[in-house]
Amino acid sequence: MPELNLTSAPAHLRHGSNIGQPLTRRDGVLKVTGQATYAADNHPPGMLFAVMAVAGISRGRVVSLDVAAAKRHRGVVDVMTPDHKPPLAIDPEIKTSPFVFRMEVLQSHEVRYANQPIAVVIAETLEAATEGAVLLAPRYESLPALVGLDAGESFVPPAVGVGNPTENHRGDVEAGLASAEKQIDAVYETPPQYHNAMEPHAIVAHWDGDKLSVDMPTQGLRLSLARIAELFGIAHDKIHIRSPFLGGGFGSKGFLAGPQTLGIMAAKLVGRPVKLVLRREQMYGPVGHRAPTRQRLRIGADGEGRLTALDHHARTVSSTFDDFYEPAADASHTLYAAPAIRTSHDAVRVNTGTPLFMRAPGEATGSIALESAIDEMAWACGMDPLAFRLKNYAEREPISGKPFSSKALRACYEQGAARFGWAKRSLQPRQMRDDAGLLVGWGMGTATFPALMFQAEARAAIRRDGSGVMEIGAHDMGQGAWTALAQIAADAVGLDIDRVTFKSGTSDLPDAGIAGGSAHTATAGAAIHSAGAAVIAKLADLATNDGRSPLFGAGNAGVIARDGRLIRRDDESRSESYAEILARAGVAEVEARGTGVPNPAAMEEYAMHAHGAVFAEVKVDPELGQIRVSRMVGAFAAGRIVNPRMVQSQLFGGMIWGLSFALHEEAITDRRTGRIMNANLGEYHVPVNADVPPLDVVTVEEHDPHVNALGIKGVGEIGITGSAGAVANAVWHATGVRVRRFPIKIDDLLTQP
Amino acid sequence: MKPFDYVRPATVTEAIAAAAQPGAVYLAAGTNLLDLMKGNISRPDRLVDVTHLGGLDGIERLADGGLRIGALVRNADLAHDADFARSYPAVAEALLSGASAQLRNAATVGGNLLQRTRCAYFYDTASRCNKRDAGSGCDARHGENRSHAVLGWSEHCIATHPSDFCVPLVALDAVVEIEGRNGRREIALEALHRLPGDAPERESALEPGDLIVAVRLPPVASGFAAHARYLKVRERTSYAFAMVSAAAALRIESGKIIEARLALGGVAAKPWRARGAEDVLRGVAPTADAFQEAGWRALTDAKPSGDNAFKIELARRIVVRALALAAAGTPARLPALPASPFASTTGAIHA
Ligand SMILES: Cc1cc2nc3c(=O)[nH]c(=O)nc-3n(C[C@H](O)[C@H](O)[C@H](O)COP(=O)(O)OP(=O)(O)OC[C@H]3O[C@@H](n4cnc5c(N)ncnc54)[C@H](O)[C@@H]3O)c2cc1C
Ligand code: SF4
Repeated sequence: MPELNLTSAPAHLRHGSNIGQPLTRRDGVLKVTGQATYAADNHPPGMLFAVMAVAGISRGRVVSLDVAAAKRHRGVVDVMTPDHKPPLAIDPEIKTSPFVFRMEVLQSHEVRYANQPIAVVIAETLEAATEGAVLLAPRYESLPALVGLDAGESFVPPAVGVGNPTENHRGDVEAGLASAEKQIDAVYETPPQYHNAMEPHAIVAHWDGDKLSVDMPTQGLRLSLARIAELFGIAHDKIHIRSPFLGGGFGSKGFLAGPQTLGIMAAKLVGRPVKLVLRREQMYGPVGHRAPTRQRLRIGADGEGRLTALDHHARTVSSTFDDFYEPAADASHTLYAAPAIRTSHDAVRVNTGTPLFMRAPGEATGSIALESAIDEMAWACGMDPLAFRLKNYAEREPISGKPFSSKALRACYEQGAARFGWAKRSLQPRQMRDDAGLLVGWGMGTATFPALMFQAEARAAIRRDGSGVMEIGAHDMGQGAWTALAQIAADAVGLDIDRVTFKSGTSDLPDAGIAGGSAHTATAGAAIHSAGAAVIAKLADLATNDGRSPLFGAGNAGVIARDGRLIRRDDESRSESYAEILARAGVAEVEARGTGVPNPAAMEEYAMHAHGAVFAEVKVDPELGQIRVSRMVGAFAAGRIVNPRMVQSQLFGGMIWGLSFALHEEAITDRRTGRIMNANLGEYHVPVNADVPPLDVVTVEEHDPHVNALGIKGVGEIGITGSAGAVANAVWHATGVRVRRFPIKIDDLLTQP
Repeated sequence: MKPFDYVRPATVTEAIAAAAQPGAVYLAAGTNLLDLMKGNISRPDRLVDVTHLGGLDGIERLADGGLRIGALVRNADLAHDADFARSYPAVAEALLSGASAQLRNAATVGGNLLQRTRCAYFYDTASRCNKRDAGSGCDARHGENRSHAVLGWSEHCIATHPSDFCVPLVALDAVVEIEGRNGRREIALEALHRLPGDAPERESALEPGDLIVAVRLPPVASGFAAHARYLKVRERTSYAFAMVSAAAALRIESGKIIEARLALGGVAAKPWRARGAEDVLRGVAPTADAFQEAGWRALTDAKPSGDNAFKIELARRIVVRALALAAAGTPARLPALPASPFASTTGAIHA
């Protein structure tokens, strides 16, 4: 099968007006009427329920489990333990690729973190399995837990994030700081946070001989499939995963999780389909989280408020048994034009589940520290925070010196500030009050997120009746892939969206890569676009080589695909419908594949990022310290907007997440035991409706010819960056109290009379 | 889940007989109890569902001017009863500042009074907790205890009682009517919850089988309607328990406070009546100084039980503010964000 990729001068053009339309979610009605089946909604005949027993300690060994008591409980079918489990084909401790994380799947009695699975009870009912897990009454040999950012000897990890260098520098930071007229040196702390997707990790696993059928939410169908295949020693084509809908993932469903593997093992053990769904508190452990950080920023500026140096160091943690390092300091690479920049990381190991990518990993943690520090620096220079940012606007990416593929940040600043009314801000803090006497503060932050591309493949077909098919194993995490990708698919084959059957969400479809890094629409979209080009080219060949077609001989001139017809590019009066072409050729359908891949040459040449500017207003009770955000405006430039409605939702969601980062979210960890004490949504606070102010999102026009064929930059994560800092800075502006430990709490603001 | 019996008695007498058995507990709306059962914190053998008992869901004006609220009246129904809200505005405000609309629609008066603490160690069965497992120890004492008690705590337990509703009720001298094995009796709400002492597992004055049938507000309680507020500081605008709260109610005549009522929430294992502060206010003009003085007085016995010294200062400030709000007069309509420091913000959305 020949593959066609995009070039800048395609032989055949495709016209459509699906991209850019604010369509509502095509799966919206299914969802609001409860007909969308999420993984846990599947109940194959004969299905049993599996419930994990999890560790109550965070370091040590399980020395006994009362399996007999659990088995005696009515309805319990079996208890899977390290001593009684189906074998795996490979040791799950082996990292077969950088995207393989170690998981606890009952391979030993060791406990490495609190809430680690230590057994699985399989029963006829959920209630019986739940009680069976209680009856196991584990006993432990416990060791002192390693907890917190000072838990032990720190070390410099070999890499942070996904293979990012641990340290970067450009210019002489110490000299820059020494020559600075104004300096700040400040330490910021961010807490551990958990993804807390609405839908807990779930799996329904069903073995049929050596064939395995799986319902589970995943942001990476093919990666999960490959991991299952290697763990269970079965061929890829024996596995079928369905993941049509995810109730959020945020990175925690990127990889096959330990508990999902346990579900497959349990099904194998009992020879019946098994469902395993995590309880909310069990999500605080084996499925990743955002590690805490302590970040020191040293910044220098000259007498005019121009940066002379920026030094950003981040301390983070990883688990005792695997490596993921929140690349927080990397946030300082791209935004501010300091002639000298240094970023560095170190880490300690603690008894925690391995941290993982969590919506804007590194960018979110780094951004709140950087934006706070920039705000502090602006104040030290006696400058308005926006003026200060403009003064230090980076025309080229500061850390690399590369030009940007596009950067409409100036327009974001302008439009955001105008909408917000920023010009009326007082420079001094604690100057503004509302009618009720509440302190009012205005703060801002710059948003940025890299424009990434992974690899994807899609299959397109045009059928005899003139309709189209587009197949890609993409992932809808709630962000709207079912809609946005179908829009791209429709334009890719020159049809109205309702004439294209868009198939997605299962592992037997072409590999769409991973839904992460804000790159899914760009990556899957590029593959779809390219598959569409390929199938149209084939169709065009059929027509232009056939003497009976009005398009005969148009080969070199090319055709335009529009509305189900091919039209001669140089003579629009000559056209033919897809159906006519296929009917005459006597074929049932034409099909072709296409890929979406990053362009290494462009990446070498350009720095590629989306940008934005966020402005926030908060109100603070002057005596009581309670905080409420009253207004937020975000202006973002993120390349081509495929579906403005969905993009707006993503940006809203990101901004709310940023607010949450600044004021609410924190996993409260017992410093003695390493247990998380608020592992539930009652006490792990995220904003509720009353915390979310009117939000105003502006998307700034931006054309980027370099990032990918469609010019898409991605909007899934950028909204958090900038927003968290904007809220934190607004709290300072309201109160005059600079809080450097997040989330900002009431007690932090009680210091003033 | 542990298997349990479920019984639905037809009469109060049957209910008491069923609930007096060891291992039996009453089930009202279950918004607290079922969570505790699912989390394996409570493991009852038998649930005695009281929600089908007749005659316990009325709001009754009494001949003497008092009010009797049936134990099964839903929190939302009570708060939205126009007469009730007019006569006892601080109570309505407290109710509406609690939990979420969905929970308030379900939760009952009796259940609210007897809801259990939100101490994280009580909820975490891997931790030691004297309340959950008498004599096992208290992991909160030297743990993450930022929101724990600053009044009335002991080395054995530093938990707080989380109810908002109880705070203005205790300020207004509410009385609890109880049916038990030995017939009917009543006690002051203030005497319902016990301070931990050396037996934190004993949380209330109730005996096995005791059923709360009603809460009564005495005739004088409505005399504070013109100057009664509830103020609750919490870590998000809605749907959060109080870090500290206060109910303040005043009777003001000719520029003088004739009588003051003050109670604090989120500071102790029971709704905390601040009688000393009330005394300070009797007969004085409602001035900022007087309120400051009351604030100091209300917290004289307070001491941190951990990382929570700030709660003492916060409580003082809340007292001062709640008194000032009460003195300023009860608003004609309940604020859109009840009990919130942001209550008076214009353009407030719902809670
Ligand atoms: C997420 C969440 C947030 C919340 N936030 C708040 C808040 O901000 N402020 C607040 O005040 N509350 C809050 N609550 C608690 C809520 O108010 C209580 O759960 C509710 O009032 C309990 O009432 P219920 O009828 O559901 O009681 P149940 O759960 O049925 O019972 C609670 C207890 O009372 C006993 N009981 C019930 N009725 C009687 C009776 N008549 N006689 C004797 N014993 C009885 C039961 O045996 C049980 O022990 C919150 C709850 C949740 C889940
Ligand atoms: S404070 Fe009380 S409820 Fe909390 S752990 Fe200690 S004994 Fe238990």
